[in-house]
Amino acid sequence: MEYFLQQLINAVTLGSIYGLIAIGYTMVYGIIGMINFAHGDVFMIGGFMSLIGFLLCAMLGISSAPLAVVLVLLLAMAFTAVFGWTIERVAYRPLRGSFRLAPLISAIGVSIALQNYVQLAQGARPKPHTSLVQGGFTLYSANGFDVRVSWLQIVIVVLTVALMAGFTLVIGRTALGRQQRACEQDMKMASLLGVNVDRTISLTFMMGAALAAVAGMMFMMYYGVIDFFVGFLAGIKAFTAAVLGGIGSLPGAILGGLLIGLIEVFWAAYFSSEYKDVAAFGVLVLVLIFRPTGLLGRPELEKV
Amino acid sequence: MTPLIEVEHLTMRFGGLTAVDDVSFTAFPGQITAIIGPNGAGKTTVFNCITGFYRPTEGRLTLRGGDREYLLERMVGFRIAARARVARTFQNIRLFAGMTVLENLLVAQHNALMRASGYTLLGVLGIGAYGRAERGAVERARAWLERVKLIGQADRPAGELPYGSQRRLEIARAMCTGPALLCLDEPAAGLNPPESAELNELLISIRDQDRVGILLIEHDMSVVMSISDRVVVLDYGRKIADGTPAEVRANPAVIRAYLGDEEAPEAAHG
Repeated sequence: MEYFLQQLINAVTLGSIYGLIAIGYTMVYGIIGMINFAHGDVFMIGGFMSLIGFLLCAMLGISSAPLAVVLVLLLAMAFTAVFGWTIERVAYRPLRGSFRLAPLISAIGVSIALQNYVQLAQGARPKPHTSLVQGGFTLYSANGFDVRVSWLQIVIVVLTVALMAGFTLVIGRTALGRQQRACEQDMKMASLLGVNVDRTISLTFMMGAALAAVAGMMFMMYYGVIDFFVGFLAGIKAFTAAVLGGIGSLPGAILGGLLIGLIEVFWAAYFSSEYKDVAAFGVLVLVLIFRPTGLLGRPELEKV
Repeated sequence: MTPLIEVEHLTMRFGGLTAVDDVSFTAFPGQITAIIGPNGAGKTTVFNCITGFYRPTEGRLTLRGGDREYLLERMVGFRIAARARVARTFQNIRLFAGMTVLENLLVAQHNALMRASGYTLLGVLGIGAYGRAERGAVERARAWLERVKLIGQADRPAGELPYGSQRRLEIARAMCTGPALLCLDEPAAGLNPPESAELNELLISIRDQDRVGILLIEHDMSVVMSISDRVVVLDYGRKIADGTPAEVRANPAVIRAYLGDEEAPEAAHG
């Protein structure tokens, strides 16, 4: 029981990170119907940006953990959003209206380019990072087993919930969100009503990238290490999460992320940690066979 | 009276096919100008050129709004709607089916809302006039829902409305953009006679109350003849007649185009 509870806490933490990345996949798919395979690497860039941010904070002598986390978060989100904007502008927009496979290939190209760029710029060796947010508390103790929650885990889950609530509000209630949903349903008609479709798509990419930056930062702080290749596996798992929840559906991405986190952590805890990725991707295969639209993937649902 | 839109020598070719061939006409504010003609005459192509779907092969499209002139053939699609204020509806209805009726009308007003919300950033922080702008937009949307008799359906998904209501909603949505020129592509198609009569009233009220210029593609001659101020007749991409409904009805070229030479023996054999 104690062991189960501990694993549940770990799973929710990991699932939050996957969910945040999955939102980026699902929003971009919703609006232009393409899988942005470079999104995992945008997440990786976000991780590196926050690593650099923390080093800068240390250099400038900012030692207060909450202040540093907020500053680094804003820095990473801003920079990574610029990356998201640039990728869309350079690699996808010229191919819009081309055959469906073209932007997909372009996305894979961007993914490889970003990995190699970071490998060259930052080196191939994994970069360690000592988290500013240390410690935690014992939630519950029995049979000589402590169920521990770290402050970092709380930060991750709270931040994720806050961001998801915020984004759901933006999509559901604001003019920008209405505009995104309108573009998603009928781009031509939206432009006839005066909606700047190109700008809306750019903003969607920037929003997805900013969320990926948050995920990248939390991933780096949680695992304490980052290298140029982390985006690949994390990206594919978040993609699995988006498909599991129903690609195009915002709540689906969150649910899918949590489920993938649960499956992965519990598989590692009770069966074998070597095969945890197999379990996660096995779920992808099963979903694609038995429920290709995903758990919440009904087209009428609110999605972007 | 200065014309609202001047179409001069408009030509649109697709490869070897000339869909619109050297068509010129003008439409005035506060008037309904009907564009009629047999199937394939190029009516919808003219609309597609005006609203920026197609870039014309040749010709000029000048829209006068306020004290400015806009050359529509040089503008990107969404700017034609946002700056030159041209709105349009489609032959096959294109509502945002998954969004509510009210949201459909709010999307049409999003440019003002985006500016008021500081492109969402300030709006999220609660700064600026976003709240007031949003309330204004909702009020305007509700006023239009009253006019098209859909006020009770505001929160239903637009796709669930019956066909005739969807047609009216599409016109209300186009009007929510605050257009100077409203292009309607067969708004009466598929409507039963009472619905059609209601539509006529709506169009006349838009012309007389809102002083919006209307370009109307319509096959139903009773609608065309009863509400239009001017009629432009196209056949095989060329303009064959232009004038008041009475003039056009008496024009021999129009009769020939509609009835054909063989089926009008008195015209063919004298």
